[in-house]
Amino acid sequence: MKRSSLLATICLPIFLMASAASAKTLVYCSEGSPENFGPSINTTGTSFDVMVHIYSNLTAFERGGTKVVNEGLAESWDVSEDGLTYTFHLRKGVKWHSNKQFKPTRDFNADDVIFTFERQWKEDNPYFKVTSSNHTYFNDMGMDKFLKSIEKVDDYTVRFVLNQPEAPFLANIAMQFAGIQSKEYADVLMKAGTPERIDQDPIGTGPFYLVQYQKDAIVRFKAFPDYYLGKAAIDDLVFAITPDASVRWAKLQKGECHVMTYPNPSDVEAMKKNANITILEQPGLNIGYLAYNTQKKPLDDVRVRKALNMAMNKKAIVETVYMDTGIAAVNPIPPTQWSYDENLKDDPYDPEASKKLLAEAGVKDLTIDLWALPVQRPYNPNGRRVAELMQADLAKVGVKAEIKSYEWGEYRKRLQNGEHMAGQFGWTGDNGDPDNFLNHLLGCDAAVQGGGNVAKWCNQEFQKYVSEAKTITDQAKRTELYKKAQEIFKKEAPWFTIAHAVQIGPIRKEVTGYKLSPFSRHYFYGVDIQGK
Amino acid sequence: MTVQASTPTQSHEQMSAPPHPFREFWGYFSANKGAVAGLVFISILVFCILFADLIAPYGFSGSNTDIRLTPPVWQEGGSFAHILGTDAIGRDMFSRLIYGTRYSLAIGAMVVALSIIVGTTLGLVAGFARGMVETVILRVMDIILTLPSLLLALVIVAILGSGLYNAVIAVAVVILPHYVRLVRASVITETAKDYVTAARVAGAGRLRLMFREVLPNCLAPLIVQASLGMSTAILDTAALGFLGLGAQPPLPEWGTMLADAREFIGADYWWVVTLPGIAILLTVVAFNLLGDGLRDALDPKLKS
Amino acid sequence: MIRFIFTRLSLIIPTFIGLTLAAFFLIRLVPGDPIETLAGERGISPERHAQLLAEYGLDQPLIVQYGYYIQRLFHGDLGQSIVTNTSVWTEFKTLFPATLELAICAMIFALVIGLPAGVFAALRRNTIVDQGVMGGALIGYSMPIFWWGLLLIMLFSNTLGWTPVNGRISVMYFFEPVTGFMLIDSLLSGEEGAFASAASHLVLPAVVLGTVPLAVIARMTRSSMLEVLGEDYIRTARAKGLPAYRVIALHALRNALIPVVTVIGLQIGVLMTGAILTEYVFSWPGVGTWLLQAIMRRDYPVLQGGILLIGCMVMLINLLVDLAYSFINPRIRSSR
Repeated sequence: MKRSSLLATICLPIFLMASAASAKTLVYCSEGSPENFGPSINTTGTSFDVMVHIYSNLTAFERGGTKVVNEGLAESWDVSEDGLTYTFHLRKGVKWHSNKQFKPTRDFNADDVIFTFERQWKEDNPYFKVTSSNHTYFNDMGMDKFLKSIEKVDDYTVRFVLNQPEAPFLANIAMQFAGIQSKEYADVLMKAGTPERIDQDPIGTGPFYLVQYQKDAIVRFKAFPDYYLGKAAIDDLVFAITPDASVRWAKLQKGECHVMTYPNPSDVEAMKKNANITILEQPGLNIGYLAYNTQKKPLDDVRVRKALNMAMNKKAIVETVYMDTGIAAVNPIPPTQWSYDENLKDDPYDPEASKKLLAEAGVKDLTIDLWALPVQRPYNPNGRRVAELMQADLAKVGVKAEIKSYEWGEYRKRLQNGEHMAGQFGWTGDNGDPDNFLNHLLGCDAAVQGGGNVAKWCNQEFQKYVSEAKTITDQAKRTELYKKAQEIFKKEAPWFTIAHAVQIGPIRKEVTGYKLSPFSRHYFYGVDIQGK
Repeated sequence: MTVQASTPTQSHEQMSAPPHPFREFWGYFSANKGAVAGLVFISILVFCILFADLIAPYGFSGSNTDIRLTPPVWQEGGSFAHILGTDAIGRDMFSRLIYGTRYSLAIGAMVVALSIIVGTTLGLVAGFARGMVETVILRVMDIILTLPSLLLALVIVAILGSGLYNAVIAVAVVILPHYVRLVRASVITETAKDYVTAARVAGAGRLRLMFREVLPNCLAPLIVQASLGMSTAILDTAALGFLGLGAQPPLPEWGTMLADAREFIGADYWWVVTLPGIAILLTVVAFNLLGDGLRDALDPKLKS
Repeated sequence: MIRFIFTRLSLIIPTFIGLTLAAFFLIRLVPGDPIETLAGERGISPERHAQLLAEYGLDQPLIVQYGYYIQRLFHGDLGQSIVTNTSVWTEFKTLFPATLELAICAMIFALVIGLPAGVFAALRRNTIVDQGVMGGALIGYSMPIFWWGLLLIMLFSNTLGWTPVNGRISVMYFFEPVTGFMLIDSLLSGEEGAFASAASHLVLPAVVLGTVPLAVIARMTRSSMLEVLGEDYIRTARAKGLPAYRVIALHALRNALIPVVTVIGLQIGVLMTGAILTEYVFSWPGVGTWLLQAIMRRDYPVLQGGILLIGCMVMLINLLVDLAYSFINPRIRSSR
């Protein structure tokens, strides 16, 4: 009884505010539950969408873009001549969130930065193993290898020293895994003997703080009044977790939510007709492709690969499977990625030329196994259907394709081990750096067994350009090099580039200021609701 | 104890020459209109299984995106080319439903056949062997029964991989305990009867006892259970298909068709959602009617 | 009686052990590896993979893993989800009330409609009422409930707009869960309209989940009622000139309910299967959706824990039903 009356006194004012229509609540229909609230441990977009509101990073991506800007916790930074030392000048007076167990006594400072990185880096950090020792992104971005030291110069200056020049570094630390956690909070929890709460009841410096999380139902935030860039325009932010896309769409139509994510391709037409809905579109930072195993005969012959590329009708695949949610891909990087080469031409759809080229290469009665993605991925809504269409096209030039598939984890492992002849795969960009696509997916280092280069394609000339581009920071020079690399890619055709999925963001008309993010983040700072 | 109104006729029949068992059965069965209706409907479905290629105007796969989501003929925009309309990628709904009998109905039959064969064997073994063997078999069946059937079927499908035949195995395992228990119980009651003792004394071997003497006497309840089991089997395989773990597209299993159609509940394409469900419902109703009729006809004890 | 309870309990122990074995080993048979599945496109290096396997204890021989598993089980530790790194028990605890609330409401719906319908059909035997009830019941227990759910959503949520599309309560209401049952919590919160909102969210899923039990209860009540009405003591009571409603209410119904109670008990397991489908269709945040996701993601600890908890629950309910039945009907004790 006592408990409920206590609750009533807490809840009542909030509710009164809501009913007085003074508070603005934005409801976002999201696709799933976040794993937990530890920035360094999780790898799914669903978790990142939550984290991006709670935590801030040293650097930040510009809203709706891939450019790194100084809207993060570092006001400015200097890079040494040799590109090895980064000195960050931290913002002063940044406040931490608070909750029942924790009332911060100090503002954000250099200790928090060091704690955040050491938690993921140093195995002797008491928090290294808390929740999980699997700090995936920190390792995947190579931070453990190129980071030499992090020093606190004073309370508001931190110096990072690298082992080698690493152009994507500033973009890396703007990624969600590097969201800054509070050292003071960590100490309090450690003393209380409940360190794991740090990733369950998060404390950050972001524009919103977490009020309630009900697994598979709801994530509820409130605007943080002391946010360092100013309080958000909306007062309450609610993620209504709705796994089914058609249900999300139904809720959006009824006004039960304002913004939804990942619509069914088949609903987009109806959405465009609906007068209450605005559709935002943006090509995503992703690529779906069919990788030829260039180490297996006869796919080691570039003529065969070219012939297959010409045999498959890309336009029909995109129109049937992606519908309005994809554009045919030419290059291995998406058009939103800086350094994209617009001048390159795609291999034409030409079954006759394809047959001729196959004959020229001396290939007859070719049978290949064609691996179809077993699950829906952001860059490919239906791998099986794509495979069926490809199979039909290949049959027309006399190539017999057998469709194969495995359980998703197994599929990826076998693909990376090079067991396939032609396999569907794809990638979603992490940090908006071309290196993240070109080197990671096509570089020689990744062409080993188990590596991410599933075409197992290693071209020295391509590698030379990509490696060189990584060591310089001048973007214009890097663009030159990456364009040359793309030219070689197109000439050598290790992939049949399928499509770039286009992000479709249906929102209610009354929502203003919402921008799609090329990283598929859903970010509601700077968003407002009109007329309420 | 109580005098039933029907007893005089029965005793009358017993006094005159006993009718042929099948005629007696048919007499009871055909009096039940529901059961006959069920039988007729099932016969139609069997006809569809056999002659789907002749009945269906189109194939069940392929695609034609130009005519996607055409409504049924009676609705505006429909045409006689596709009487029940088309689905998301322009396949003829009517043809897919007809071909679907091969996957939904035939699959149900396979499930039941499989679980009857395995279940009867285990039940016979348990009933005859008694002791440790019986205990183990019964405990395993208990465990299967403790788990919600769909959950167990899902785990088995996860082990075997999704697909039509794996779904068959999964559902067969899940409904297995009913047959095992049924057969074992019958074996125990039958073996206690005089004729079995007589046969045993006469030197009949164990196998002969099992299959020649006891099994034919448990047949009636088995047939009833099988017919009712068909409905469970069809529902469960459809549920697996609906969850995306049963038959894989483009196979037109009805549950899988519903899974595909799920994205259209928010739109006006009611037919893609409604029709496969009606097909499942009618089929299951038919089997339940048939099962009730069979039970009444074969097992007068259970009659209400 | 004590002897009966004792033998009944002694049956439970081997079943429980079997259940832990099934939960543990069945899941190890599932191909795929949670760590690989989690890794997504980026994959994972063999060294890190090995390291993580070791961390989750997945590198040990199976029998050793089982040993640890049982040991932890006795300490009440069901392990930690590999996906969310949250304890299985915590997740179960927050999700289970949603499933329970749904199941209870479904059962209430089934009883409130099924019992009177069955009694009514029995009293009006072979009339149009009887045929109507029995026809309805036939359709009810033949219903593919996942489709039934879709149909109701299409009609009531989308076309008519009477009920919300999914969720447990409108997001506009905010209060901390006290009991986990939204209907109760919304009343406790004292917020105006919260209860109505929670109820309107619950009504469709409860109807869908309650459909099959309703049909079974109606049929069972009818046939059991018919049997009782034919018994001597009812005839005697009638002959004595007792008013019809008293005969029915006091004598017939009470006796007719005994088998119905058993059937209700047995429906609990069936209800769990239904709950998985209903929750999936309505995106209901309960145990069913949770287990489905765990299967898709190969989250071993969650699946193990879930199977074990649900298995135990069903076992317990069956035991209670058995015991209750043996109280009502002493004959059963000796005949087993």
